[in-house]
Amino acid sequence: MASNKKYWKSVEELNENSSIVETLRNNEFVEEIPTEDFLGDKNALSSSSTSRRDFLKYVGFSTAAASLAACEGPVKKSIPYVFQPEEIIPGVADFYATTVADGFDFVNVLIKTREGRPIKVENNFMENALTGANARVHASVLSLYDSLRLKQPKIDNKAASWSDVDQKIKASLTSATGQIVLLTNTMASPSTDKLIAEFKAAYPSAKHIVHDAVGSDAALDAYQQAYGERALADYNFGKADVIVSVGADFLGDWQGGGYDSEYAKGRVPKNGKMSKHIQIEANMSLAGANADKRIPLTVADQKLALVKIYNIVTGNAVAVTNTAADAEVTKAAQQLKAAGSAGVLVSGLDDVNAQLLVFAINQALGSAAFNPAQPKYVRGGNNKEVAQLVKDMNAGLVHTLIMSGVNPVYTLFNGAAFAEGLKKVKLSASFSLREDETASLTTIAAAAPHYLESWGDVQMRKGHYSITQPTIRPLFNTKQFQEGLLTWLGKTESYYDYLKASGTALANGKTWNQMVHDGFSAVEVTGSATASADFGAAASALAATKKAAGLELVLYPKTGMGDGQQANNPWLQEFPDPITRVSWDNYVTVSKADAEALGIKNYNVANGGLNGSYVTLKVGENTLEKVPAFIQPGQAKGTLGLAFGYGRKSALKEEMQVGVNAYKLYKDFNNTQNVSVELGSGDHEFACVQLQRTLMGRGDIVKDTTLEIFNTKDVKEWNVKPHVSLDHQSVEASTVDIWESFDRSTGHHFNLSIDLNSCTGCGACVIACHAENNVPVVGKSEVRRSRDMHWLRIDRYYSSEDTFAEDVTTKNSAKGLMENINTFNGLEHPADNPQVVFQPVMCQHCNHAPCETVCPVAATSHGRQGQNHMAYNRCVGTRYCANNCPYKVRRFNWFLYSQNNAFDYHMNDDLGRMVLNPDVNVRSRGVMEKCSLCIQMTQASILKAKREGRAISGDEFEVACSAACTSGSMVFGDVNDKQSEVAMLFEDDRRYHLLEHIGTKPNVFYHVKVRNV
Amino acid sequence: MKKVGNHTSFSRILFLCLTFVLTFSTGSFAQDAAKGKELFNANCAACHKLDANSTGPALRGVIERHSADWLHKWIKDSSGLIKSGDAAAVKLFNEWNKVPMNSFPNLSDEDIDNIIAYTSEPKPEVKAVPGAAQAGGSTATGGVSEKLVLGGLVIVLAMLVIMLVLVRRVLNKVADKNNLTVNETKSLPIWKAFVKNQFLVITSVIVLMLTGAYFAFGFMMQVGVDQNYEPIQPIHFSHKIHAGENGIDCKYCHSSARTSKTSGIPSMNVCMNCHKNITEFTGSADSTYVDYSKEFYTAEIQKIYDAVGWDPAKQAYTGKEKPVKWVRIHNLPDFVYFNHSQHVSVAGLECQTCHGPVESMEIMRQHSPLTMGWCVECHRETEVNVKDNEYYAKIHEELSKKYGVEKLTAAQLGGLECGKCHY
Repeated sequence: MASNKKYWKSVEELNENSSIVETLRNNEFVEEIPTEDFLGDKNALSSSSTSRRDFLKYVGFSTAAASLAACEGPVKKSIPYVFQPEEIIPGVADFYATTVADGFDFVNVLIKTREGRPIKVENNFMENALTGANARVHASVLSLYDSLRLKQPKIDNKAASWSDVDQKIKASLTSATGQIVLLTNTMASPSTDKLIAEFKAAYPSAKHIVHDAVGSDAALDAYQQAYGERALADYNFGKADVIVSVGADFLGDWQGGGYDSEYAKGRVPKNGKMSKHIQIEANMSLAGANADKRIPLTVADQKLALVKIYNIVTGNAVAVTNTAADAEVTKAAQQLKAAGSAGVLVSGLDDVNAQLLVFAINQALGSAAFNPAQPKYVRGGNNKEVAQLVKDMNAGLVHTLIMSGVNPVYTLFNGAAFAEGLKKVKLSASFSLREDETASLTTIAAAAPHYLESWGDVQMRKGHYSITQPTIRPLFNTKQFQEGLLTWLGKTESYYDYLKASGTALANGKTWNQMVHDGFSAVEVTGSATASADFGAAASALAATKKAAGLELVLYPKTGMGDGQQANNPWLQEFPDPITRVSWDNYVTVSKADAEALGIKNYNVANGGLNGSYVTLKVGENTLEKVPAFIQPGQAKGTLGLAFGYGRKSALKEEMQVGVNAYKLYKDFNNTQNVSVELGSGDHEFACVQLQRTLMGRGDIVKDTTLEIFNTKDVKEWNVKPHVSLDHQSVEASTVDIWESFDRSTGHHFNLSIDLNSCTGCGACVIACHAENNVPVVGKSEVRRSRDMHWLRIDRYYSSEDTFAEDVTTKNSAKGLMENINTFNGLEHPADNPQVVFQPVMCQHCNHAPCETVCPVAATSHGRQGQNHMAYNRCVGTRYCANNCPYKVRRFNWFLYSQNNAFDYHMNDDLGRMVLNPDVNVRSRGVMEKCSLCIQMTQASILKAKREGRAISGDEFEVACSAACTSGSMVFGDVNDKQSEVAMLFEDDRRYHLLEHIGTKPNVFYHVKVRNV
Repeated sequence: MKKVGNHTSFSRILFLCLTFVLTFSTGSFAQDAAKGKELFNANCAACHKLDANSTGPALRGVIERHSADWLHKWIKDSSGLIKSGDAAAVKLFNEWNKVPMNSFPNLSDEDIDNIIAYTSEPKPEVKAVPGAAQAGGSTATGGVSEKLVLGGLVIVLAMLVIMLVLVRRVLNKVADKNNLTVNETKSLPIWKAFVKNQFLVITSVIVLMLTGAYFAFGFMMQVGVDQNYEPIQPIHFSHKIHAGENGIDCKYCHSSARTSKTSGIPSMNVCMNCHKNITEFTGSADSTYVDYSKEFYTAEIQKIYDAVGWDPAKQAYTGKEKPVKWVRIHNLPDFVYFNHSQHVSVAGLECQTCHGPVESMEIMRQHSPLTMGWCVECHRETEVNVKDNEYYAKIHEELSKKYGVEKLTAAQLGGLECGKCHY
């Protein structure tokens, strides 16, 4: 039926005599198309080398060529070994035990190699191994294949041979008139120490200076004062019932880290008991996020609080002024004292007196967790000597400077002065993986091998001796620092022989082969150590701390980037910080109150991306401009936080040159600085993977309760099973099904258990998942568009009220429309000092999966073993599944991320692709992907059992995340094996499923978080 | 494929004569050279050859170099002889890189005499006409005869047609002569009749379209399927000789098929396990497996030495390696996971199930289509080999009860699930 309706595009059309409408009618294109410019110019047309006929010829030829070429399949060549090494079977992985010791991370690991290529880092779970590979260690295998590594030695920026380099260094050493200085990172290597001692004997003017980028100088000095050795006291948090930390992020990188697993053991309620953790700190750290009670205080106040605790625990009465949270500090101190030997106190304050008080307090408690008799050697930097070195260099006193594993031009607050001093050094050499800020300025840039290509030994702890062994032949023309030392000493033996000779003696009775097989040897160190120092004086000195006028800047190493030596590692750049969930950046964290006072804003733009103001930070004469500011809940008022490791430029791909260099503000190696802040102009675009900050009172996503309720109340009260209405009757959601259930009682049925109590949010699983499953890196701008590809994410939620429980109450008590709207608006904002929870979320492998029913091509289907399969070759990319997934765990390949210059990360170069796992497909553009519950690993476990002709136990199965989890939070296995650990965990009262009320019946389950408040 | 040739009776006669002459000539020895050959092959052949140096020296005519007495001593206890300071023994030991020879105290004096007799046989002259020239010739005849028969048939048929035409013409002429008119009713031409019949037209169009679609589909489905792909390899490796004639187990060379997902192309050192000693092709020309000439095969063996850097004269590696770039025949797409050990070790399948009669292939080719349909078909039909495998004990009992079958197929065990092969 015809209609008389008239449609108009703008009001202008209603005006009959409008000239605009007339013009538009005559001229369809508002902007003129420049055909005349092109075709009118006869000269240009005739002088063009490509005529129309040529053009047609090219089109014709290329079409014909393309179609002809498509007719024939490519010829693939296979090149077997000429002499195949006995231990290598193509297609079968080999594992080698080795030790990471890069000056910042120290840990025993296993390296998985395929066809001779290291492709993954695994934990070495042997008894007594120092386990606990963090995200950086898991990512370090990719740094081996960094295409910007230094590939051969250089002299004066020109490629040179090693013989030239050695000759030059030797000549310089023998003719040295001034000092000879060896500047290294902490190696904790007995054989290298021995070599350096021999070197010093041969060259008496030689000195050895150790430099840690992020040091623990105060703790080392204090230990030396109290126990007479330059080392760090060790702690075992598993033995503590009350843990008080004053500014120590011991779940992060405090004093070398590696404390998670023991800590996590005490965090799981057993027989109604779990440890109590009180954190006093300025920045929101991992330890603070896991604490039962968190007291945000400025660093000045933390020092006073420490004196207060000292007073209460030891019974002394050092006069001390009040802190901002005196009552809470006092309460914490009393709880610590009451715990006696089951209490422990640690501190990360960069102050010798504070560190001395730590010894005094733990000694007074008789703390079982405190172990000064078996000290750690993972930090050994001496900042005074480094400062003196810079002075000496500038005074022209240093003749020869040989560096290894350090980058002082970047990591020193006076890096510019160091660079200046380098010019006055007659010969400088830097053994470095990359041509970094320092190596590009030295006379000799000595290409050093990666730890996966080197021999070495490490003494991480007294009585513990580890071996680093190569897992691949050096990729480039590199030479170890130790090999260099041997050459300069005129020795002809290789470092391996030297190491073997000196290492066998330290192996605590193990044979050399056994050492190389296990990666370490350990003996029990018995006996105790008693601290002897003037603690009273230390307390008085500390009590005299004056509060500074301005804001305090607290510098910290970020979980992903650490000290910044792996800044060219795309996995780590894209790794979202566990607390802020920001990737590809560092930023200054500021409390809400201070942000308001300074005029700092954070807001979301239309596409959801987070923007933040810029500030200028000034410490002494050093200024950092255009530092993005991030408003951080839980940041102590009057403090700012800024992470190390960013702002590097040398030997970095352009995409990785992000952030600002916080070392410039690391004045006198003190992590706390008085800073002046100025608001800058413009806004920074963050790449933040999680924009919502609170749970909005949705207690069914993260269930949490207190230890008291957990112990006294019925399970129905603290782990509420959701109910739905069936035939107008309220029934438990798990009993209702709209699908017929598949019988899963036969065969394997895989489940993954995640305990929210022991998950510290460290993110090792995220990187392990990347490495195992060839997850692509998409870059900052794509992450900002929420197109990150992480198969496994760790959601972080803040409470809006003081606790999550109060959020639920607030939400439920709102009545009426307006009140509800207001309440929800309010619930969006986190509290000033919120409770925090981490929740790892990956594909939940629902038995009744919403994604499977909507796929038009059946590309995603369910396996009988409980895994939700994803057939990439079948997927046509409709993305219905992602829309229908209640957990938002499906990831879409918006682009081709491998061999694409627009995504210039490791998958775009031949070297970087060597890290890919050959058992897992690299997905192409336009297909959906997601966590497969590492089906390649479960299938491999099954096949192994089949080949050996034996029954398999439910505990034998592993997935990448559960294997990487050293805190024991993630447990994987077969629930049909009733004896397996995961089956027992399934029966636990704390078990619940995510969004249980929608009836998806996931195969991933969580355990209710219990807080000991 | 080339056919194996038949030898002319002349060459046989020549060969028989030669053998006869040889037998006659060896008859002059008291010892039994035939027994000697057996003993030689069992005890000596690992390190010695008759006419070429190997790990040890060539042994033909060894009796001319050493006395029989000395040889007896040497064979029974060579190291003892060296220790005793025997000059000849020490010299020999030093000449041959100080590799001690095994002692054979189990050999009796008679045995040793037999071996010496065997080594004393004169080198046979030209054995027979070289295999290839002959084989080539006979192949040609075989091919021609087949064609000849066909051609003959064609000619016969053509002649029949011509004869019919001629007969018709003659008959017409006869009719003409006799003034007889042949009744030829002018019927509608057949194609016009066809066009007029609408039903027929529509039916045939439909049939044509369906046939077209069928063939188009068939063509599309074979794109990327490389069944019978038979590329030329850098070294002519004959599976027929190795696996067929010599009966070498597939997994001797493709050892990783037992434990790995890939069956593995053998590394060159595996070839050298045997070819250190087998320096030339020694197959007799009348064997059924000889497709090429002796020189051809021997030249291919030389290629192995070039690749691994082996100097057969010095019996040593030169260190100059040149990896061989084989052309890969069986290619699965990246999105398919296939594991050889699952099929070979667990299921106990014969390699031939998928790879076809490799032992009869002179040139290796892809036997199966390697399509998903082909995989699935087998998984549907094949019963799982659960014998003596503890892994299957529980699941097989439960599942077979559930499905009510005696033996489960791979499909019933979940072998058709997407995620089992695609991840």
